[in-house]
Amino acid sequence: METKALIGEKDNSNWRELKNKLFFGTVVVLATLTISPILLIVYTLLSKGLKQINFDFFLKVAPDTLQAMTAVRNGEIIPGGIANGITGTLFMVLIASLMAIPVSIVIGIFLYENQGKKYANLIRSLTDILQGVPSVVLGLIAYIWIVQGVTKGFSALAGSVALAIMMLPLIIRSTEETMKMIPISIKEAGAALGVPYHKIILRVMIPSGFSGLMTGILLSISRVLGETAPLMLTTLGSTTVNFNITKPTSAVPLQIWEFYNNPNMIDLVWSSSLFLMAFVLTLNIIAKRISMRYS
Amino acid sequence: MASEKIIKNLLKASSVIILLIFAGMAYSMIKGAIPAFKEFGLFGFIFSTDWNPTEGNESYGALPFVAGTVITSLLALVICFPLAFSTSLFIAEYYRKTKIATMLSTLVDLLAGVPSIVYGLWGFYTIRPLIAELGYSGQGYGIFTSGLILAIMIIPYATSISNEIISMVPTELKEAAYSLGATRMEVIFNVILPNARSGLVAGYILALGRALGETMAVTMLIGNANIIPTGLFSPGNTMASVIANQFGEADGLKLSSLIAIGLLLFAVTAAVNAIGKVIIRKYA
Repeated sequence: METKALIGEKDNSNWRELKNKLFFGTVVVLATLTISPILLIVYTLLSKGLKQINFDFFLKVAPDTLQAMTAVRNGEIIPGGIANGITGTLFMVLIASLMAIPVSIVIGIFLYENQGKKYANLIRSLTDILQGVPSVVLGLIAYIWIVQGVTKGFSALAGSVALAIMMLPLIIRSTEETMKMIPISIKEAGAALGVPYHKIILRVMIPSGFSGLMTGILLSISRVLGETAPLMLTTLGSTTVNFNITKPTSAVPLQIWEFYNNPNMIDLVWSSSLFLMAFVLTLNIIAKRISMRYS
Repeated sequence: MASEKIIKNLLKASSVIILLIFAGMAYSMIKGAIPAFKEFGLFGFIFSTDWNPTEGNESYGALPFVAGTVITSLLALVICFPLAFSTSLFIAEYYRKTKIATMLSTLVDLLAGVPSIVYGLWGFYTIRPLIAELGYSGQGYGIFTSGLILAIMIIPYATSISNEIISMVPTELKEAAYSLGATRMEVIFNVILPNARSGLVAGYILALGRALGETMAVTMLIGNANIIPTGLFSPGNTMASVIANQFGEADGLKLSSLIAIGLLLFAVTAAVNAIGKVIIRKYA
């Protein structure tokens, strides 16, 4: 095809050169267009949310509608903050991590140790499918299991279970990938010295893969921090700070949803979104730093 | 050695947790969905367009939500493709291994870190008024607005795989084409695309899987009308967003219907993801 074009009688190299340039221009324009949303989002959040960020924002619970309305009418910033959401998010993510991290690391090591075996391949495929399950479906599951079955009402535990199921596949796969990167000679050196198998795992594999494991854990936490839908179905939200796992609890994304539905609290929407995004991105950047420093 | 055996069995036992979660999910959802399937019939439920919560007259069907989900996700894929493909070419071909490519890919990675609800807010306050201004739909809600936001949300998933696939195309093949006098664009279309095709397809299928299950951003932008969308700017509803929207006041038959929709969504996303994974494993 190409050769025909080249040996043809008519010289169309000018046209081909022009097409080439036009295509390159299109690629550059579209690539620029692709990254513009992230810049616009960050700009919007900063320009609209920064004015509400102060000490009270982190230390006080959300105001009621009347307080917010009065403040908006007088042209002041809305009093109060998102302390109930911040504590709730941290609390639920902590419980979810306690449930998900140890189990996922063990399963990840199991997958690494059983490369190519049928049963391990099945587990790996199921893990991949679990990673693709929409978060709102996991919310439904946690509702059926925990809200209906255990706590008989919306609870922090139900939210944590939904988040934990989301974290599992992410940490399992990152553990397996990390283990694959560790040179096998290190393992063999341990075995040659007569070190028992469990000590090789605890003293050799996990320490030498530590940065990889950390990266996976941090990325999985940053993924679940912003989840809203599963929490709407499981923890409902709360106007006070709560550390009881059987009671409804607030979370930052849930508060954003509440503020969004309340026309008096619009200013708080932007500041809490700004906070949530800064939190998520900071974790992301730390995770990338760790993985870059050690790899 | 005894301790070795214990550890091996412990590792194996831990993997059972995944099986249990899966079996438990399937069991709970099917059990929860049975009342709805019994009342309306499996196909009656899937293909009915009714959504009437009036007591004594209750009737629920999934078709408007299935249609909404499929249409918004495919639209997102169509909008996403030129953007993601250009970005991949920029990062993995034109400016391969340069500082500007690293910068671009970092920014694209950041897109993946933005929470769904923040996309929803941004779409609600910037994209929606823009579409209303253009006069396509009164309030700016609808299929197109949601599809556009979904497209932005799935770009990082589409590019992450295609970057890798494009950079894996052997340099000798490209150089051979250049030596025949091919332009860069001809190399892209005649060498890179045929070599990377299956990997690209798999990447976009996985991105589609993401789009199908997105909840919050779509809920905030689609207009939440329980009808089959009539056009590009018509309001509608998706499977994920109807669950999030109607769950609050749901019990009895309505709750069962929502769980049934969740089950459908689970089956569809699992199938789409499995297809994507199979293609990746086969060709990449």
